[in-house]
Amino acid sequence: MLNLPVYLDHNATTPCDPRVVEAMIPFFTQNFGNAASRNHPFGWQAEEGVEQAREQVAKLIGADPKEIIFTSGATEGDNLGIKGVFDMYASKGNHIITCNIEHKAVLDTCKHIEREGGEVTYLDVKPNGLIDLQELEAAIKPTTILIAIMYANNEIGTIMPVREISAIARKHGVLFFTDGVQAVGKIAVDVNKDGIDLMAFTAHKMYGPKGVGALYVRRKNPRVKVTAQIDGGGHERGMRSGTLNVPGIVGFGKACEICMQEMESDTARIIKLRDKLENALLQVDESYLNGDKEQRLPHVTNISFKYVEGEGLLMGFNKNIALSSGSACTSASLEPSYVLKALGLGDDLAHSSLRFGLGRYTTEEQIDFTVEQVTGTVNKLREMSPLWEMFKEGIDLNTVQWAHH
Amino acid sequence: MAYSEKVIDHYQNPKNVGTLDKAKNNVGTGLVGAPECGDVMRLQIEVDEATGIIKDAKFKTFGCGSAIASSSLATEWLKGKSVDEAVKIDNMTIVEELNLPPVKIHCSVLAEDAIKAAINDYRKKNGLEELQFDESVVH
Repeated sequence: MLNLPVYLDHNATTPCDPRVVEAMIPFFTQNFGNAASRNHPFGWQAEEGVEQAREQVAKLIGADPKEIIFTSGATEGDNLGIKGVFDMYASKGNHIITCNIEHKAVLDTCKHIEREGGEVTYLDVKPNGLIDLQELEAAIKPTTILIAIMYANNEIGTIMPVREISAIARKHGVLFFTDGVQAVGKIAVDVNKDGIDLMAFTAHKMYGPKGVGALYVRRKNPRVKVTAQIDGGGHERGMRSGTLNVPGIVGFGKACEICMQEMESDTARIIKLRDKLENALLQVDESYLNGDKEQRLPHVTNISFKYVEGEGLLMGFNKNIALSSGSACTSASLEPSYVLKALGLGDDLAHSSLRFGLGRYTTEEQIDFTVEQVTGTVNKLREMSPLWEMFKEGIDLNTVQWAHH
Repeated sequence: MAYSEKVIDHYQNPKNVGTLDKAKNNVGTGLVGAPECGDVMRLQIEVDEATGIIKDAKFKTFGCGSAIASSSLATEWLKGKSVDEAVKIDNMTIVEELNLPPVKIHCSVLAEDAIKAAINDYRKKNGLEELQFDESVVH
């Protein structure tokens, strides 16, 4: 049976798994204590819930529970990880290396650091969305204190060569931070095998609640410290003050536990659906896959349908299918997706892209329906597109003098 | 963003999609916008040479739903008007008719520009001086 509407925007957020909600409920009502209240059972229960969650979260990424700092989400984790290192290691240097397809939470944090007197190198990515390791190594200088490169990209799903990056960081005595938001819970992430020193991630991208996340901070080989960005009661070993979001943290823990147990079987199922969707959509004339086909998350595909505009395309089915476009029209900004542009795509292809993010509850019927709807709308809009007509007449659109607006 | 019912209706049932023979002397073509801006509109008028009345109008648009609706509406309004009347179509009447939100006003501007470009193309083909227009409101 076909369940409508179809949700294919799992890179934006995921639904809470009912098992997660069930684990959270007692911590709103009976076990409502403040985890920092040390002198009564309410506080003890809350603390117990938090510490169990800390173990569940740590286990998913192969960390020690003491290395998990709970935050309000990945934006805070990105801020704390990067600014915290910049402040803590100021005596060692002020140079940070990142790349130009990072999430805004990283890019805007880096911009802030530049205003504070830091120096930031923004590496370009190759057309497949991955950084060039030689360029990375060449960018390191004596003042470099941090490499901040995402684990996997939110728009195109490409997975960065994390182990190679961390090896380079180690070799030069530079710390390695990664934004693990899209990767953790979707693919196997192990902070030791991957050589990660700091990593931000969040619950709501892995079937947990919104408003809670974590920053992993390595404690051994090397021992990493970050300067707190929020002052207060000294919670989370002084790195992040503020009363803990106990129900959220408990839910985050449960979500991690479920991912740990079910990631493999989920992935095997989802990747089949993703490939079915992708193969069918790439049958459409003049459609192009964005980002590396191999080094990629199992649940994501990003496809440009040339000569139709993304928002117009979404409108053909957005009552029944939820997904997002790299077109400018869908957001407040006038520029199309900076990620797609960084791959070297022309603005026309960037405007014509759709991002499909599958998830735990996506069904084959939903994928079949999506293929039919997207293909039908692309064909309908091309009949209406002057660019498609010109293309069919053999006119090279690059030679046309456009009246720019 | 929620679209108005009129925008949705034009998007689902666009009026006058198509192509007129631009080689004909009584056909004026306006092509405005650019692929990298995410909007390209082509609007064409066919003028009855005896009466000066626009007897047919067609469009093709690459763009969002509001751009498609603006051009679809423009072709409806053009048909039956004289060329002189058509020049007076103002983008704000399109905005009002379609209930376009502020971020979509540029779609209506594009439609107005396309109308003017089509009329000027027609005038040029027929040995008439091209009309000068003020700069559009939103560019």
